[in-house]
Amino acid sequence: MKNFVQHVCVVFVLLFLYAPILILVGYSFTDATMIGKIGGLSFHNYETLFTTEELLDMIKGTLLLALGVAALSTLLGTIGAIGAFYSKSGTRRAIELANQVPVVNADVVTGFSVCILMIALFQVRKETFIPLVIGQTALCAPFVYLSVLPRLKQMDQQLYEAALDLGCTPMKALLRVTVPQIVPGILSGFMTAITLSLDDYFIATYTKPATFDTISTYVVNATRGSQTDIKTALWALSTLIFIAVVGVVIIMNLKGRNTEDGVASEKRN
Amino acid sequence: MREARFSRKQLALPYALFLLLFVILPLLVVVKYAFTDAEGQISFYNFIRFFQSSKTIGTLIYSLVVAVLTTLGCLLLAYPVAFILAKGAYVGRHTFLMLFVLPMWINFTLRITALKEILTLLEGNLALHPFLNTVICMIYDFLPFMILPLYNSLSKLDNSLLEAAADLGARKRQILLRVVLPLSVPGIISGITMVFLPSMTNYVVLDMVYNSTYIIGSLIGSYFSSYDWHNGSVVSIILLLIICAITWISNRFTGSEQERKAGVSL
Repeated sequence: MKNFVQHVCVVFVLLFLYAPILILVGYSFTDATMIGKIGGLSFHNYETLFTTEELLDMIKGTLLLALGVAALSTLLGTIGAIGAFYSKSGTRRAIELANQVPVVNADVVTGFSVCILMIALFQVRKETFIPLVIGQTALCAPFVYLSVLPRLKQMDQQLYEAALDLGCTPMKALLRVTVPQIVPGILSGFMTAITLSLDDYFIATYTKPATFDTISTYVVNATRGSQTDIKTALWALSTLIFIAVVGVVIIMNLKGRNTEDGVASEKRN
Repeated sequence: MREARFSRKQLALPYALFLLLFVILPLLVVVKYAFTDAEGQISFYNFIRFFQSSKTIGTLIYSLVVAVLTTLGCLLLAYPVAFILAKGAYVGRHTFLMLFVLPMWINFTLRITALKEILTLLEGNLALHPFLNTVICMIYDFLPFMILPLYNSLSKLDNSLLEAAADLGARKRQILLRVVLPLSVPGIISGITMVFLPSMTNYVVLDMVYNSTYIIGSLIGSYFSSYDWHNGSVVSIILLLIICAITWISNRFTGSEQERKAGVSL
């Protein structure tokens, strides 16, 4: 009886979380234009998704942006964490405090403040993509920092010293001894940065060039519009993203131990 | 000799500069805009206007109510699930935890689109119950962010404490209320900080569900699109103060920063 109550509870919440997505997945394979209407089996939505220039550009743009931002954030956050870890405690405290700001701040405020800094103070035009990349990096790099730092703490500090004693240059010791030990943290930071960038709406909407759209900004605009074709093509996109996410999670789980680092995400919306 | 050319501390410099330029400086610019008028004179008028207008104050209160209800709703749904996953019939089944956390990685605008379609099917016109639908959508959006920290906190709870309580004659309800609940406070606080603030500022959800802008975050959006940076900055500052208050309170409750960080990672 006790277990029965527990199962009901778990199933209820799972249903709440998954029913909308799964129904959408089902409808993406039909020619129905509204949920609830009955339609025949059709791959029309997928055809639209893969043949509409506008949609393809938007998807490619989002992915490229996420990769670029994640790479830049990983580089900055990693060297930042290494540098801060070996700095005096005052410096380290200051960096840690500044690092917490984008983590706890509302994305609306982060996006808005970076935007007025860029436009009002530095007079950089949004068309250069610089405000967008900087804005998202300012959000993502602190999360990379946070996922690398614990790895540095766990690391055997004497190995670096040993490498130096054996004649390594500091740079070489850093790259050959320190970095390999913190790779799991770097990878997990990279993954977090990618998901943050893919999910971001607020920073993008304040800093993106007018002609560029990410998935988030595009979807929000599409819900305002009345183009049924685009609306149902987005169901197909949701399905593909859902399948991709499930795939990544399964792979991470199969890899066993890596899950702990690889999937950990401290993201907030 | 080895200190001569390169030391690891130097690596802190580029990141420190980056944070200074693109995290701290933007906030200073916002402060500057909030406390000046169109001519660049120092003025508190922007703030006075914010607190005198019934529209802005009403929006702030509405947002707070939405955020409180969303957080409570998430807590009520997430706590039993997290407890069952950590201590109940599903112990050790990592896959189930993954199922609850997985939606976090799907773009939230697409998830809200899906929920919107279902709610439309169930209710017809979404604008008939705007408040209810807002809270449902927010809970849907943020539930995984509540489950994860609660699970982390509950799974670390020592089973022998529960057994000791049972041996000493505590009834199930007493164990739950007087042992489990107090010990999971760090997880609860961490979950609240993950849900409360985003649900106050995520105006896209409302916008998508029924084209409403009656939430504090969207004030920034509307000031922004009319190039009114002074008033946009005022709203930012008010949000920042709320964030500071939440962070301060949660630090007091959870003790060390470390614990809280551990709470949000898997």
